[in-house]
Amino acid sequence: MKRHLLSAGDLSRDDVTLVLDTAAELAKVASRPVKKLPTLRGRTAVNLFFEDSTRTRTSFEVAAKRLSADVINFSAKGSSVAKGESLKDTALTLEAMGADAVIVRHQASGTPLRLTNWIGGSVINAGDGTHEHPTQALLDAYTMRERLGRLEGLRVVIVGDVLHSRVARSNVLLLATAGAEVTLVGPPTLLPVGVEAWPSATSYDLDAVLPKCDVVMMLRVQQERMNAAFFPSAREYSRRYGLDARRMASLPEHAIVMHPGPMNRGMEIAAEVADSMRSTVTEQVANGVSVRMAVLYLLLGGAEPAIGAEPEAEEVVA
Amino acid sequence: MSLPAPESSGARSVLEPADIGRALTRIAHEILERTRGGADVVLLGIPTRGVDLARRLGARIGEVEGREVPVGSLDPTMYRDDLRLRPARALEHTEVPPGGVDGKLVVLVDDVLFSGRTVRAALTALEDLGRPRAVQLAVLVDRGHRELPIRPDYIGKNLPTARAETVRVLLTERDGRDVVLIEHAGEDGR
Amino acid sequence: MTRFLLRGVRPLGCEPADLLLDEGRITETGPGLDAAGAEVVDGDGLVALPGLVDLHTHLREPGREDAETVETGTRAAAAGGYTAVFAMPNTDPAADTAGVVEQVWRLGREAGYADVQPIGAVTVGRAGSRLAELGAMADSAARVRVFSDDGDCVSDAVLMRRALEYVKAFDGVVAQHAQEPRLTEGAQMNESALSGVLGLRGWPAVAEEAVVARDALLAGHVRSRVHVCHVSTAGSVEIVRWAKAKGWQVTAEVTPHHLMLTEELARSYDPLYKVNPPLRTAEDVHALREALADGTVDCVATDHAPHSLEYKEAEWPAAAPGMLGLETALSAVQEAMVDTGLLDWAGVAERTSARPAAIGRLAGHGRPLAAGEPANVVLYDPSARWVVDPARLASRSRNTPYAGRELPGRVVATFLRGRPTVLEGKPV
Repeated sequence: MKRHLLSAGDLSRDDVTLVLDTAAELAKVASRPVKKLPTLRGRTAVNLFFEDSTRTRTSFEVAAKRLSADVINFSAKGSSVAKGESLKDTALTLEAMGADAVIVRHQASGTPLRLTNWIGGSVINAGDGTHEHPTQALLDAYTMRERLGRLEGLRVVIVGDVLHSRVARSNVLLLATAGAEVTLVGPPTLLPVGVEAWPSATSYDLDAVLPKCDVVMMLRVQQERMNAAFFPSAREYSRRYGLDARRMASLPEHAIVMHPGPMNRGMEIAAEVADSMRSTVTEQVANGVSVRMAVLYLLLGGAEPAIGAEPEAEEVVA
Repeated sequence: MSLPAPESSGARSVLEPADIGRALTRIAHEILERTRGGADVVLLGIPTRGVDLARRLGARIGEVEGREVPVGSLDPTMYRDDLRLRPARALEHTEVPPGGVDGKLVVLVDDVLFSGRTVRAALTALEDLGRPRAVQLAVLVDRGHRELPIRPDYIGKNLPTARAETVRVLLTERDGRDVVLIEHAGEDGR
Repeated sequence: MTRFLLRGVRPLGCEPADLLLDEGRITETGPGLDAAGAEVVDGDGLVALPGLVDLHTHLREPGREDAETVETGTRAAAAGGYTAVFAMPNTDPAADTAGVVEQVWRLGREAGYADVQPIGAVTVGRAGSRLAELGAMADSAARVRVFSDDGDCVSDAVLMRRALEYVKAFDGVVAQHAQEPRLTEGAQMNESALSGVLGLRGWPAVAEEAVVARDALLAGHVRSRVHVCHVSTAGSVEIVRWAKAKGWQVTAEVTPHHLMLTEELARSYDPLYKVNPPLRTAEDVHALREALADGTVDCVATDHAPHSLEYKEAEWPAAAPGMLGLETALSAVQEAMVDTGLLDWAGVAERTSARPAAIGRLAGHGRPLAAGEPANVVLYDPSARWVVDPARLASRSRNTPYAGRELPGRVVATFLRGRPTVLEGKPV
């Protein structure tokens, strides 16, 4: 039985549905007079953030607190070797504090998996390097389902720096599991080697795919990629792969525009697109709390986790 | 919760469709009597079959009084005291009717009353939704074995059972037919 | 000095014979030798090989004595059947002067477990900008013949050309760590579909192959000797094969781990499997085994790279690359090459002893098991099986990629010039 959420690939289709349904119920808590549930009373969640991300950390913190868990914020900078304290030391410290869940954000891919070697509680990946960000993919899926009513058969276009994007990796895995059709679009330099083997299609031509999509998700493109010659200039990038009002007009009537934030307005997304009715950017933030509540509840709320079961261990416990 | 399972050889029917219908009609009348016409009543069913029963009760009261009674659902899962004894389970709908519960007389509706722990959780859950004027409890079957000081206000049928027995309520909306079964299922006692 | 009679051993896996070791030499070979005055070692079922020679060892001294010292590293070497190791110069300070290479060489002589032949740095401080005093190192007591900036590539084509030309004066060889630096900035694992999935920056095969090709062309052009360290890709094998066919003096080594392990191990994100060059694909492993069998790749070299625990109990990108190798090398070669039918024991002796000694111009090692030759001998039991327990290794470090894995074959005894460094499987 897995008790961690490390990769969107750990979730079965039923798991995804369960998380999203649970999140939909938990979303109602936000509009109640008492915005708190007693479910995780006496449990401790540690926010272990090696990389600054106020948004994600706050989202998890609000989610855990709404479920009455105690939250400890543990921020650490830099790599463990540079600090002289190994990753293992940090893990053993948290273990000694009695953490039931460790929510980890780290600049190095794979660190959450490493931590599971030393931590008895649940490890939740809140973004690791250029690997994965499974709760972001869950909240994106939640947003799509809320706006468009389903995931099955949705045509989702993910645009931009796929190579360095943990959001893209998790979204591709999760959406493929949920039966959506994903197309990755970007300059060839920003698509990883071996992307042909992913459960998604690829295209270099944004204009060709926009009229046939239900969702377009714009990824953040960092300026420093330009200095590393991934593309010639911000202007050229924006012209070929940015979403502006003209391109938005080519989308089907119902299509939505997503962005995991923070946005580079004027680079990958024009201001009028970011602020349009199609944009789900602010909903994504609100949905993040509900989805993270659902994940925390399903991993910690019972005697054992309700999601992410290993197929061979799938037995019904009455 | 009672699962719609094929009747095992040991299952015997204790309430037939007509019995269930009569019991609900009686409860509807009792609610009207004891709430002086049900003016501020809100029916909240406890999922899943409690919700079906609450709807039926609402419909019966409406037929008698010619007026809609607000019906909703209240899932007490997140308030249960036995969460850590089982795998985390899926949540059911909580749907408070538009008028809310503040100052209302809330009647909680469930299919089977057993230990009383579900109702205890529902009472706590209700607290976080607002402040009703009073809370009452209606159940189709009271099978005894209470573990908490909880007592129903309206009972369809008192059903003495052994602890090892299972009571299953099947309803047309969900299960295709109305029946209450009792079975000697030592392995899955509720 | 004790005389040893190795009774009934199978030299190079052939028919059983006795070997008599006396005064540092093999004095007699043949069946039924007289044991008078000699300590008898029962060699029943044991293969006798010439003492192994490692062209690529990191002993870490001076500078990182917490990870390994000349003493512990040579003890690990003896435990693995080695009688000589070439010590890479990426120490602190780097072995880029006659003084440092002589220090390492002396420490090796004092340790006594295996001969330590220092490799000199090609450039000052291994910084890749100015040639180190290669001639002074060659003329020193250490008699350096192999030069390498291992750990870093001599990427500047002009500098590489000059080094290749310069070492001709003393029959030296430049051992190149083939890694185009710009193509591998921040690289963490083999670049493949898997690196894309794992989100680890890729180390593309072309970054090795481009340098191998360039250096082969340079060696051909200036008629000098280049040796390619730790060849890891099928493409590099093809280039080496082509260069050899041209008649150029290009030699190559492969590590035991590149013969045994694949990139799939990176899925664990356990830096125990982080190494440079990285573990590659199963196709690469297959090509490397074939190339070692047909002689395209000349020899096995361990790239024994000890690291203290904190450099491995870290997140993958922060962890140091490298694996222990000396104590598991022969077992790995047996599993990858002998048990698969690709090499016989004579072939193993050639590729783990004779060829590396010849490439490194190391006298007194890699010689035949014949009367009059130096008594550098390893006795090996190919029928044994053992589970690798990092805590029981002779190395000061624990970073073996085989921890918990069962491997075939055990070194039973090692003799360095007739003196046992290992008996009954344990360092003496």
